[in-house]
Amino acid sequence: MRHTVIPFGPQHPVLPEPIHLQLTIREERVVEALPALGFVHRGLERLVEARDVPQMIQVVERVCGICSMIHAHCFCMGVEALLGIEAPPRAQVLRVLWSELHRVQSHLLWLGLFADCLGFESLFMQFWRIRERILDLGEATTGNRVIVSVNVIGGVRRDPDAAQLAWVAAEIDRIEEELRRLEPAVLDDPTVRRRTVGKGVLSRDQAWELGAVGPTARASGIAEDMRQTNYAAYGRLYFEPVVETDGDSHARLRVRFRETLASLDLVRRAIRILPAGEVRLKLREPPAPRGEIVVRVEQPRGELLYYLKGSGEKRLDRVRIRTPTFANLPALLAMLPGVSLSDVPVVTLSIDPCISCTER
Amino acid sequence: MREETRTVPVQALLAEVARLKAEGWRLVTLTASELDAERLDLLYHFDRELRLQHLRVAVAKREAAPSISPVFFSAALVENEIQDLFGVRFAGLLLDFGGGLYREPESPAAPFCRCGGPPQETPPAEGGGQTPGGEGCATR
Repeated sequence: MRHTVIPFGPQHPVLPEPIHLQLTIREERVVEALPALGFVHRGLERLVEARDVPQMIQVVERVCGICSMIHAHCFCMGVEALLGIEAPPRAQVLRVLWSELHRVQSHLLWLGLFADCLGFESLFMQFWRIRERILDLGEATTGNRVIVSVNVIGGVRRDPDAAQLAWVAAEIDRIEEELRRLEPAVLDDPTVRRRTVGKGVLSRDQAWELGAVGPTARASGIAEDMRQTNYAAYGRLYFEPVVETDGDSHARLRVRFRETLASLDLVRRAIRILPAGEVRLKLREPPAPRGEIVVRVEQPRGELLYYLKGSGEKRLDRVRIRTPTFANLPALLAMLPGVSLSDVPVVTLSIDPCISCTER
Repeated sequence: MREETRTVPVQALLAEVARLKAEGWRLVTLTASELDAERLDLLYHFDRELRLQHLRVAVAKREAAPSISPVFFSAALVENEIQDLFGVRFAGLLLDFGGGLYREPESPAAPFCRCGGPPQETPPAEGGGQTPGGEGCATR
């Protein structure tokens, strides 16, 4: 039987991000998938040689716009640990609040794109309409819609007042109500189910072996979420990860939809426990971290790892960023064999690939 | 580092990684950083039940490091990334892009090495070449 090699990407209508998959096909089914990366690699980690620590916050926020808040949060936590300082309690809770708003807007972005990839245009419009309201909350409380740029070493630079927080809480309630109305259309629609159930199955053992993270791992039954490590204020919010066990594209869809609702609840509870007080430490000197540290947080797409190394200078010696999409690529290569060519875009999108993160 | 970090000789790396896998540790990723003009520091990060531990291996830039991709296939992409950015080679890499995961023939060799990368067997086409040594390499 002859094999055919078909290129998928680096530009594809369903995934307009620069990743290329070389698909070997036999009778319309994928036999093997090989990736090609590096079309827009930016070498951002090496900018550490030219930027001091506060400037590096601006750099890491630009690794990925969609989860810029969480990149900066992770970086600042690492620097603060090396300096032996801790952000004030109010700042810790605000970091959780903005991180969860970021997760919601990221998941809504993906839910819309996923609906679009299935040809469900009206659902795409609904998710992106709701997402705009989350961006409005970000803009009102931080001054920016996507790259919120709110983290600093030793805290945050914005402090929403009581009236703003009451408005955020009320808006979260309304958004949750709208999302719950969409739930049957997302999870139970026969066309959505036909395109996703049993497609791109990743077993629990495969997910572990291949180092899958985030919703991709949790949809295969791995109950692991970096928020369980209780960083920032998560320890006070009694967080439970969303887990499914089917390991297919529909399970990944269910995890992300339910995580969106869980994140809205975390925002609500963060507002409830928000203590009074300062939001930023006053540092007497420019930060000059010494030592090395590994920090992990949960991005919308999964575990994000930063390795920082400093020698007491104003610039760090090394910043290493392992993003979740990079970790999920081996799992994607394992999901594709056996999949019909027409399902490749759906399965690929089901890991929520972020090539901006990958090409840091 | 806050977590357990063990330094292992390069010859013992594969056995140690296989032992950790058998004990249920997941490979999180690898980190490479330059120690000086001759050596790289490789850190292998592992997770079990949200707890981290690290293995540290110092490798000579001129010599191939053992690939752990036969034990953890998920290491293949990050080992290719280190090959591209630091110039060091990994022996036994299951999916080997030969230094071409990110780099084009005209890209600089070992772009993340401030002190200069290892000697290239086949120098890249025009525009590429060894990264020149920088100041303060010995302290990095």
